[in-house]
Amino acid sequence: MARVNPDIDHLLRRAGFGVSADDVDIFRDMSTRDAVDYLVDYEGRPDDVDARIGRPDHAQVDRQDHLFAPDIDIEDSRLRWMFRMVHSRRPLQEKMALFWHNHFATAYSKLNVDSGSTQAAKMLAMKPGVLRGPQGQIELFRQYALGNFRDLLVQVAQDPAMVIWLDGKSNTKSKPQENFGREIIELFTIGVDNYVETDVYAAARVFTGWNLRGSDNYRQDEYGDLNAYQEFVYNAEEHETSAKTFSFPIYSDGSKTIPARSISAGMQDGFDLITALAAHPETARRLARKFWNLFVSEIQAPDPTFVESVAGVYRQNGTEIRPVVRYILNSPWFNDPSVRFARYSWPAEFVARSIKEVGWQNYPLDAARSPMAAMGQQLFEPPNVGGWPLGANWFSTSTMLARANFAAALAGNQKGFLAATLAPDAGTPQSLLTKMFERMTPAPLDTAPQQALMSYLAAAGSWTGTGDQLNTRAAGVARLLIGSAEYQLV
Amino acid sequence: MAISRRLFIRNGVATVGLGFGAPTFLTAIAQAQGVRTRNLVVVYLGGGNDALNTLVSYQDGAYYNRRPTIAVPAGQVLQVGTDSVGHALGLHPRLGGLLGIFNQGRLALVQRTGYANSSRSHFEAGDIWGTANPQSFTGTGWLGRYLDTLPRPMDALAAWNTTAETPRALLSAQSGVPAIANANSYTYASPNRGAAALQERSAAQAMASNPSSGRPHLAFVNSTSLGAIQTLDRVALVTTYTPSVAYPNDGFSQSLRTVAGAIVKGVGTRVFWVTTGGYDTHAGQGGAAGAYGDLMGTLGNGLAAFYNDIRNQGLAGDTSVIVYSEFGRRISENGSAGTDHGAAGLMMVLGGSVRGGLHGTAATLSPGHPTLENSSGDVTYETDFRSVYAKLLDSWLGVNSVPILGGDFRAGAPAIF
Repeated sequence: MARVNPDIDHLLRRAGFGVSADDVDIFRDMSTRDAVDYLVDYEGRPDDVDARIGRPDHAQVDRQDHLFAPDIDIEDSRLRWMFRMVHSRRPLQEKMALFWHNHFATAYSKLNVDSGSTQAAKMLAMKPGVLRGPQGQIELFRQYALGNFRDLLVQVAQDPAMVIWLDGKSNTKSKPQENFGREIIELFTIGVDNYVETDVYAAARVFTGWNLRGSDNYRQDEYGDLNAYQEFVYNAEEHETSAKTFSFPIYSDGSKTIPARSISAGMQDGFDLITALAAHPETARRLARKFWNLFVSEIQAPDPTFVESVAGVYRQNGTEIRPVVRYILNSPWFNDPSVRFARYSWPAEFVARSIKEVGWQNYPLDAARSPMAAMGQQLFEPPNVGGWPLGANWFSTSTMLARANFAAALAGNQKGFLAATLAPDAGTPQSLLTKMFERMTPAPLDTAPQQALMSYLAAAGSWTGTGDQLNTRAAGVARLLIGSAEYQLV
Repeated sequence: MAISRRLFIRNGVATVGLGFGAPTFLTAIAQAQGVRTRNLVVVYLGGGNDALNTLVSYQDGAYYNRRPTIAVPAGQVLQVGTDSVGHALGLHPRLGGLLGIFNQGRLALVQRTGYANSSRSHFEAGDIWGTANPQSFTGTGWLGRYLDTLPRPMDALAAWNTTAETPRALLSAQSGVPAIANANSYTYASPNRGAAALQERSAAQAMASNPSSGRPHLAFVNSTSLGAIQTLDRVALVTTYTPSVAYPNDGFSQSLRTVAGAIVKGVGTRVFWVTTGGYDTHAGQGGAAGAYGDLMGTLGNGLAAFYNDIRNQGLAGDTSVIVYSEFGRRISENGSAGTDHGAAGLMMVLGGSVRGGLHGTAATLSPGHPTLENSSGDVTYETDFRSVYAKLLDSWLGVNSVPILGGDFRAGAPAIF
């Protein structure tokens, strides 16, 4: 049972957010390899998703008595992102943006305390050019979705949201602040066990003076000028100029020491460290393992051959991510049928896929916001800089209940649409169920849960497959399927 | 899909017969496992608590020298006496709620807890306190392994996590711990009403009961689904709880209110997990007042409300609360009037059966002193955190701590019971 075919369905669950009715038309006659290129070379697809916000045949972003302002209001930023996950013609770009958001996990709440809600939302989500100031962090992740990892690190180190998030503003030469220096090594690049504590202290000194400045009209005020902003500045006077020695090579000649530099040249320290961290073999392996979990499997441990191969592609291509992802999606590991449904969906993946597969007729995306928080993933609000605990960690009784209850609300909302689109196949309970399995594509159900669904349909009494009976039972089956354990796997 | 008509009819009968017997059955298990027996409440201070400002060694001149803007003035601490080597100690001034419990002899303060080569990484350190193994930060947690010793089938509410994420400490080899942050929203929704909605719940329970042979990851997700359905009714009972005191309105205190409700309603839970965050005070943490003071106020007032509530209900003697964090913080304040990641910390244990008082000794904060490490930047541990776990397991929960902790840590344990 498949929506397009098992390979394409698998590809679209992993490199996108599932298969909508529109996707069926696009991918029906495409080879799997062509489909990979279609997704990876996404610049060939129109970047028109935001322009389609408000169209009546798309999911809706309205909130009651509220002007939609996704560049300055974080709730609307969340809605816009959900809209993009459901409707973007570049699903892999959105998937990678979500991956980087988790990798460089930055939370709105701290920015809000620091700079107020408007500035905080701007720093995370503003599209370039909408207002004055740097683009929001998520736009950076979209821009570099499959870009160069070293360049992305450079951008992230200068991203205003990141500077505030990891206390770069207070990293001064007299009192180096370790927060960013620690996390760029431990979480963003080479990972724990591959460095020593003194590397952290040296990294903190490297980034002394990497700070922010406010525009002339900037005030730390909720109701300040919307065109006010903060931007990155290298504050040379606060740079600590002495040499910095690490436990791993910084330069291609094997030297582990960043030389003492004048304050005016001192910003180069940061570029040198970032270049070294991006090129470090453990960074390559760490990204490979994270991509294994994102694309291939969370059930099987990363295959060492996969890790070394992917790390090799990463390093041979000068830390470019696009060839890495293309390699993975075309690889035998990815296309092994045993890894289908071998991942636990993130709440964002689950919600977007549910909407794509159940339907979005007049569906208010706002209805998904609070359930997503209950499932454990509020966008732009990761629990800490380590990101969300992934895999089986997404699942507890309450988060599973939140998923099942979201399924109930979505099925209830789409009751009429489900009944209308399923009516031609509702002649018998079995034909209805067969059609719904094709549309929802959960992991294969054993006999017992299939029987439970048939029993649920049988409990409707004499089968007509029309009217109230179809309305009720199609929504009920949708709720049971979307809320099933099988559907949580992707 | 191939489902024979015969199977279809047989299953139809079976499903109707299943009905809603499960909750009654589970309450019986809960009773068999001992409703209103001892319970343990874990309060986790997320981010690395600045122990030196929780319990202040207020006559140590180096404390004031090294913390020029964030030290708590000696005149403002809440004095709790002197430890065995003569350090005069006082609680942070916003911990008035805890002072009351201390003065009743029911709050134990275990100083300088930790382990050798303390991790300065939040994630690694948090996992080490969870696994209780400084050499490994993956695998099951110490409380998860305790749960694995309970009789089978284990009651789905034997442990209750009030946060959305499952902490490492509660990770069990055999069963998922329910995470119930808000009992009021712990209900089962349906797109339908009446009979169809009830039939859906029944079908969902049947689907989640599938053993999913050969697919353990699917079986695990099913277990969370089944656990939810089986605990709905008892959790609903907790929402009817009326406390004997007013709890503050913050999330931490409200979680403790839920815990008190579960204890008083006797739902059978043995282990509760509560997290309160914001302790990663790298910048602007303040001294007696300010951000850290607010954290202390939230902590002290919440714990005091909880303790007084269960004491009023006559259940303080059944309850122990353990408070800890993943590490303490650097001794000297940093350039942003905050503190960076450090080493040894402070564990607190309170409850109606606890032997309160000061346990262990404070560090001397002058550079070069042997109670310090990391070029005198951090406090060295004195009491292995696992010995406190051992005491809780052996003397409170009544199980042998040695297999659970993978070693014998009983010898160095502070006499907190």
